[in-house]
Amino acid sequence: MLKIVVCVKAVPDPKQERKIRINPVTKTLIRGDIPLVLNPLDKNAMEAALQLKEQLDAQIVVLSMGPPSAGNIVKECLALGADQGFLLSDLAFSGADAYATAYTLAKGIEKIGSYHVIFCGMASSDSSTEWVGPEIGAFLKIPIVTRVKEIIETEGEWWKVKASLDNGFRVVQVKIPAVLTVTRELNNPRTLSFSGIIEARKREITHWGINELCVSDDSVGLKGSPTIVSNMASIELKREVEIITGTREEKAEQLIQKLVEAGVI
Amino acid sequence: MIDFTFTEEQELFRKAAREFAESKIAPKVSEMEETAKVVDEVVKALGEAEMMALTIPEEYGGLGLGYVARLIALEEISRVSVATAMMLQIFALGTEPIIRFGNQEQKQKYLPGLAKGERLATIAVTEPTGGSDPKGCRTSYKKDDDSYILNGRKCFITNSHIADTITVFAVDEENPEAFSTFVVEKGTDGFKPTHEEHKVGMRGCNTGELVFKKCRIPAENLLGEEGKGLRIAMSAIGDVGRGGMVGCALGLHTACLEASVKFANERILYGKPISKLQTIQNKLADMKIDLEAGRLLGFRAASMQDKGERASNEFAVAKYFTTEAAQRAAKTAVDIHGGYGCMEEYPVTRYLRDSAVLGPSAGTSDIMKVIIARWVLS
Repeated sequence: MLKIVVCVKAVPDPKQERKIRINPVTKTLIRGDIPLVLNPLDKNAMEAALQLKEQLDAQIVVLSMGPPSAGNIVKECLALGADQGFLLSDLAFSGADAYATAYTLAKGIEKIGSYHVIFCGMASSDSSTEWVGPEIGAFLKIPIVTRVKEIIETEGEWWKVKASLDNGFRVVQVKIPAVLTVTRELNNPRTLSFSGIIEARKREITHWGINELCVSDDSVGLKGSPTIVSNMASIELKREVEIITGTREEKAEQLIQKLVEAGVI
Repeated sequence: MIDFTFTEEQELFRKAAREFAESKIAPKVSEMEETAKVVDEVVKALGEAEMMALTIPEEYGGLGLGYVARLIALEEISRVSVATAMMLQIFALGTEPIIRFGNQEQKQKYLPGLAKGERLATIAVTEPTGGSDPKGCRTSYKKDDDSYILNGRKCFITNSHIADTITVFAVDEENPEAFSTFVVEKGTDGFKPTHEEHKVGMRGCNTGELVFKKCRIPAENLLGEEGKGLRIAMSAIGDVGRGGMVGCALGLHTACLEASVKFANERILYGKPISKLQTIQNKLADMKIDLEAGRLLGFRAASMQDKGERASNEFAVAKYFTTEAAQRAAKTAVDIHGGYGCMEEYPVTRYLRDSAVLGPSAGTSDIMKVIIARWVLS
């Protein structure tokens, strides 16, 4: 049986991003009362797993690291059709950068045991580093393909996938077990169903902390993080109105010139 | 201790309903408005999303989820399309008498198809001579061997032209005090949907007239006991009908508030967003206060219903309050939008038209007060 691990993250609802503020002193995000939701690209990762489960004999394990409230998104994945859910939650894990997050998730995956493929969203909507997936691969010493936009072949040990490049794509053959980070082009994630939510009643979420993972507290969370965000700023959006005058041709010429200067065309 | 929080599962139901409404219903709203017709894809999507199955028991292919879950779903769908929520609420109203009063054969025959959305339901009580006064019913039935013969006309029936299973309320031709309820199937000889109404709002749901002319239906289509039909119709309307209108009203109210907040934050006057003006803030606060109060009334009644308690009086209070409040909210939303509130490009014009249909559906506000006063004085 194919065992698929899907790593997911609870992020502040991107639809309410205008409410997010930056603490001017600590340079951390002030989330306020913005609810945590499943990271949008992780929905594509879940969908990839669900589609494979529909085609093959497969089991889906969902893994997340976050505060206890992140249990909601693990539950949501169970309602979408995952078979097992794990939440790595401990005060010691808080403040983790991408490196410490990937290390903690990798330890969780090792404890889960066997796996054939690990799906991650390409990036999270709140920090957008695109590092966690590759770093999980590095910690587990398995291959990694980033920005997967199509899964072409899944027979045997060698899978064939199409991955996005800035100006095109590449087709990669990768030996499983491997980590695949996925883009939104890969699929169209399904929505939750009421019967799926009812079905998920039967499946409990397993909570693991620092003791269950058997890791030292200086290897996880803020203490285990080799990077820090030293500055962060909001982009201020401004609207300007300028009336262009002249003949029709002159106005068109000026408009094109201004759009070129603004980098729009 | 009273717990006012939704469970984790109920929050997921809300999320599921919102995702469904935003992805499957929202793209069809303009088509519904332009054509004033039911859009087939919307009905199909409701079935695929198991929306018709919410309150049907599991043994008949439903989800058996109860009325809080139903209210959540209706609220979320109405936030996007009141017409669609209205259509869905009447599917449940047409189905409820079979769930509550049908015998095993009737339940087995109708409920699985209704749960899958393969069959659509409605209830036909209102007539030109009486809706809220069901005893004014003129549609009659007469026993004839092993069948009944129906004659009469029903009006303002939601889902009139799309329903396959119609719960019909009628009076005994020979006894004006005896009422019965029957299941009539689409295509039955002597039964015909005729005139289709053009409503001011909720344009995407169908409302029309049904005519029964020497319509012969088998005796096994009688719901419950002959002569006890008043209780059947009133019980369904009291809980499920009023409860459904609460869901429609809360969703519309939420949409009005969200549109108003968005507009007030974007509209610049006197060099700042109008949301900074106290007069606008007052309006937004009034809308929020009404919405919070309405939700408490509605979900209290729905949770009573889920516990098996009678909640028709509590639903009368909630129906009165939420539909009146939603109408106020729609008017306020248009006011906040100023001149833009008169333009069809802005959804608030639709909200105002839809809100006008909330009041009379499942009993006007005046009738709700009659019911509430009767409760107070009993």
